[in-house]
Amino acid sequence: MSDLEPVIGVEIHVQLSTRTKMFCGCAPSFGDAPNTHTCPVCLAHPGVLPVVNGEAVRRALIIGLALGCEIAPRSIFHRKNYFYPDLPKAYQISQFDIPICGRGEFTAIREDGSELKVGITRAHLEEDAAKLTHGGGRRAGADGSVVDFNRGGTPLVEIVTEPDLRSAADTAIFLRQLRQTLLFLGVSDCSMEEGSMRADANVSVRPVGSQTLGVKTELKNMNSFRFLERGVEAEIARQREIIASGGHVQQETVHYEPDTGHITSLRSKEESHDYRYFPEPDLVPVAPDPAWVERLRSEQPELPIPLRRRLVVEMGLTQEDAEVITGSPELVAYFMEAAGLADPKSCANWIRGELRAQLRELGQEPWESNVTPAHVAALVGLLADGTVSVPAAKEVLAGVIETGDDPATVVEARGLGQMDAGDLSAIIGEIVNANPDQAQQLRDGKDKVMGFFVGQAMKRTGGRAEPQAVQALVRAAVLGE
Amino acid sequence: MIDDTTVRHVARLARLRLDDAEEQVMREELSGILEHIDAIRAMDLDGVPPTTHVIELENVLRADEPRQGLSQEDALREARAVVDGSFEVPRMD
Repeated sequence: MSDLEPVIGVEIHVQLSTRTKMFCGCAPSFGDAPNTHTCPVCLAHPGVLPVVNGEAVRRALIIGLALGCEIAPRSIFHRKNYFYPDLPKAYQISQFDIPICGRGEFTAIREDGSELKVGITRAHLEEDAAKLTHGGGRRAGADGSVVDFNRGGTPLVEIVTEPDLRSAADTAIFLRQLRQTLLFLGVSDCSMEEGSMRADANVSVRPVGSQTLGVKTELKNMNSFRFLERGVEAEIARQREIIASGGHVQQETVHYEPDTGHITSLRSKEESHDYRYFPEPDLVPVAPDPAWVERLRSEQPELPIPLRRRLVVEMGLTQEDAEVITGSPELVAYFMEAAGLADPKSCANWIRGELRAQLRELGQEPWESNVTPAHVAALVGLLADGTVSVPAAKEVLAGVIETGDDPATVVEARGLGQMDAGDLSAIIGEIVNANPDQAQQLRDGKDKVMGFFVGQAMKRTGGRAEPQAVQALVRAAVLGE
Repeated sequence: MIDDTTVRHVARLARLRLDDAEEQVMREELSGILEHIDAIRAMDLDGVPPTTHVIELENVLRADEPRQGLSQEDALREARAVVDGSFEVPRMD
C-alpha cells in the first residue's frame, strides 16, 4: 500500500463582538440569566422583519480584507432550512452562493520560519443559533432539553478554508495565528472557551500524489486548539487504520473525547444536509460601496504576522521576543510606545521579562498596571547611563508598580542609585577583611566563592552595586588584579 | 409529475404529516409549480440576471445600537413549558 497523506480544511465560526445581534437590537450576552436578551425578532414571533446590523457588515469586510478575500460587489442572504429547537424560525439566515467575502489566502509562519499558506474559500455572515442544553445536568429537574435564546441571532462570520493543510500541527498553527490576526482586527473576543470562536475540521486521507480527495469526516466543535490538534491527529490515525485494513472511511460527523483520546461517531442526522437554501426575501442585498471598502482597507491595523517580521528585521528583536510582544494588540501598542522612547531591544527584554514576571504575581497585564510605557523607557535609560544597576533596576520597577511614580523618583526616594566607585571599593575592602576564609578560597582558585562576595555586597549596598563591578573590586582586593 | 417518494421526502423535511389524499393534492400542486419552472427554463435567458428580490433596494442597514427587548417573563409567556427561565423542549440528545 502506498503512503497516505492527510488532507485537512477548517471551518471557523467567529462571533462578532458587536453591541447588538445580527438582525435585531438585542445585546448579545454570555453568562447572563437565560432569555433576558431577546425580542420578537430573535424569538421568531410571527410578522417580524430582520434588519441587517451595519457594524456586522463592516466587521465582515474587515475580516475579508485581512484574509485577502475578494469582496463581493453585491451579496445576498439565504435561508438555510432545518428544524432544531435552537433555531426558532426553523431556518438560519446565512449566505450561500454570493457570500460577502470570496476567495482569499492567509499566510501563517511555522516555528522554523517557513510559510504556511492556506487558501480561504469564503467568509460569510450569518446568525448564531440559541444555546441548547440537554436534559438533566446543571438544570436538574428538566426532563427535556432547554433553550436559552440570549445567544440566538448573534452575528457570526464563518470562514471556510480550502483543504490545504497537511498535518494536525499545521492546522493548529494556522488556527492560532488566524485567531491572533482576528484579535488584532478587534472584531471578536475569539474565546474558544466561551465559544466566541469555534473550529470544525474536515479530515480525509489519500495516497500521496493523488489529486482526488478521500472521503472526509467532520470533526466538530473543539473548544481548544490543543484538543483540536490532538483530535485531528487521532482522526487521521483512525482513517489510516481503516484503510490499512481494507475498509472505507464513511462520511460522518465525529467527536474527539479529550479524556480518552477516542474518536466517536455522532448520531448521523439523516437528511439534515438537505437545507433547501433559497434567497432570504425579507432582506435586500448588501452592496458595499467601493469607497467604503477602500477606506476600510487603508484603515487596517498592522497585522501580527508582518509585524513580527518587522520587529525582528527593523528593531533587532529575537523571533521569540517578537512572538511574545505580538501576543496581543495591547502589548504591541505598549511596546511600540516604549520602543519609540528608548532602545527597542532593551524595552522588549524588560517588558517580556521582569515586568511581566513581577506583574504576574498581581494578576495584571502591563497596560493595566501602574507602569506606563514611558516608565519602561525611562528605566532602560537609567540602566544605559549607569544610574542604576540591574538588581537595583528590578527594585525600581517594583517601586513603580507599587506607586506609579517615575523611575527617577523611585531611585531617589529609595536610594537605589548606583554607588559611587570609591564608596563601593571601601565596602568591598571591609567584606574581604571580614571573611578571610572565603578570600583564601578565591586565592586557591575556587571561583564559586565569588557568589558569596557578590551576595554580601548586595546585602550591604541594598542592591545598588553592579555585580560585575563588585567582582572586579573583589579580584582587585584579594588577588591584586 | 413528481413521484410519491419525493412528496413524502419534502413533507418530512417540512415536518408535515400528510394523509394519502393530501399527498395526492401536494403531488399535483408541486408538479404544477415545477412544470412552470421548466417552462421558464426552456426560454432563452442568456444575459437575464436571476431575480432574487422584487424591490430595487440595497444596503438597508441598521446602526449597532441596543434596544430594549423583552423581559424574561414576556419572552417565556407563550412557552409550552419553562424550566429555570428557559424554554423546555423535547429531549434532543
